[in-house]
Amino acid sequence: MEDFQKKVCIDLARRIRLHCLRMVYNGKSGHIGSMLSTADIYPVLYTQVLNVDSAAPKKVDRDRFLLSKGHGGAALLACLSELGYFPLDWLNRYYCDDGKLSGHISHHVPGVEFSTGSLGHGLPVACGMALAAKQAGKTHRIFVLCSDGDLNEGSSWEAIMLAGQHHWDNLVMLVDYNRLQALGCSEDIINLDPLVPKLEMFGWRAVEADGHDFNSIEVALKNVPIEKGRPTAVIFRTVKGKGVSFMENEYKWHYGGLTEELLGKALKEVEEA
Amino acid sequence: MRKAFNQELLKIAEKVPQVFMILADIGYGEIEPFAAAFPDRFINCGVAEQNMTGVACGVAMEGNIAITYSIANFPTLRCLEQVRNDVCYHNANVKIVIIGGGVSYGELGISHHSTEDIAIMRALPNMVVLVPSDIVEARAATQVMMAYDGPVYYRCGYKGEPDLHGGKNIPDFRIGGSSLIRAGKAATVFFAGPIGINAAKAVDVLAAEGIQCRLVSLYSIKPIDKETIVRAAKETGGIVVLEEHNLQGGVGSAVAEVLMDEGCGNVPFKRLALPDVNVTRVGSQAWLRDQYGLGVADVVNAVREMVK
Repeated sequence: MEDFQKKVCIDLARRIRLHCLRMVYNGKSGHIGSMLSTADIYPVLYTQVLNVDSAAPKKVDRDRFLLSKGHGGAALLACLSELGYFPLDWLNRYYCDDGKLSGHISHHVPGVEFSTGSLGHGLPVACGMALAAKQAGKTHRIFVLCSDGDLNEGSSWEAIMLAGQHHWDNLVMLVDYNRLQALGCSEDIINLDPLVPKLEMFGWRAVEADGHDFNSIEVALKNVPIEKGRPTAVIFRTVKGKGVSFMENEYKWHYGGLTEELLGKALKEVEEA
Repeated sequence: MRKAFNQELLKIAEKVPQVFMILADIGYGEIEPFAAAFPDRFINCGVAEQNMTGVACGVAMEGNIAITYSIANFPTLRCLEQVRNDVCYHNANVKIVIIGGGVSYGELGISHHSTEDIAIMRALPNMVVLVPSDIVEARAATQVMMAYDGPVYYRCGYKGEPDLHGGKNIPDFRIGGSSLIRAGKAATVFFAGPIGINAAKAVDVLAAEGIQCRLVSLYSIKPIDKETIVRAAKETGGIVVLEEHNLQGGVGSAVAEVLMDEGCGNVPFKRLALPDVNVTRVGSQAWLRDQYGLGVADVVNAVREMVK
């Protein structure tokens, strides 16, 4: 990645984190840890990888991006807003009465392809989009961002099996693999490890990447599909709560709310990083 | 009836290149012509109804018409959240078709009885609910469903359903419509689905006694034909609703809601539906109907009681 591109990503990731912290505080909502773990993926995805255009969010040949872990949607909303899909001041009314942005991602917001919130919904719909694109001879790709918890759902594995079976190489699954879920460590609840060989055995081509290293993210995503005839999975090693020291790797920040004091502390850390 | 649906769908798919069939390993003996004619628009997702419904939604969101098709509760209750969040919330052009409404698969037991589906499907925003009663309605319902842009639930029978329309096409068959089968003023018998044969037989028994009943097929449960229901309340001596569905929330409830909302609460009214129990007795559809209060005699008695 060129230095200027990296700078764009660093700045955008920082602004996403700052927005998320303020949104969660203003809205008295939760899921901040799940937002922060994805904050470095979106800048690379939206500035370097996806063929999308904020001036034409519905353009026919756009790459589709679906967020399956809809509870972490504020990070995507912050990214979309920064890129001009909708006014920044919408973020101030996130999770508020008569606001435009709900706690889980909604397709009523410009730039949001699909509404989620209950886990295990993104991959099946992405499979349908992949099938439709193949049938119509279109070349756009379908990206879907899942989480550890998302991959507990049987419906996700139903879709994983089907995509491998049909060789949908226009389908790209990204996993925010932060190893924590609502009630604790994924390893102690449903251990997905080893995920790469599991997916490979289901007919996918899977790689790991550092979800907080822009170069690593870019290298993983730049040339998908990795292998013709196979869907691609990129397992991003991430840290839940990344960027705020007292939130990092603490599962209580799946739900936890912010006090004014903690907000100030968190904002300062992100601003000074 | 399922044969009529599949034949009609095939004809439409020949003209409309956006029609996809998304299955979950059900449809043996019926879906093969579609699969052979349109292999690139046919997919068997395996025994995985949640994924089937999500895939259908994704296909539909790309400008296509996606049909999910399976037995009884498999494409509805098994994947209800996908139907609600994916299909209905996105107003995706997905048509959910079940084979074996009510107790069509009587002997197979309750896993294969679709007896709460109307209540649940009609509770979903954006969902249209169609319940054809015979081959004529099955074909017409397929046509209007496929011409409509949005989610539709189509409750099909199984096979061998008697003709209630004398083979004649129904004028003005439409979403939100109904079909008048017998004219009369003593009372009105409403029904939805192939159970209509018992209503028709009962109305003929009553006619022989000099009690001329109006007989109406409510093939569209949502939206429902309010005007016809209100007219029945005003023009006839009472209303009986016969349905092959749990008493809670089905066709009878939908009719009652209209009557109350439209100020017709005083009309004599009786619902004949499956009681709110699991259908545990073993038997054929015809036998179970009689055992659970949906027989010809039950309708005759309900009307007699109402008009005496």
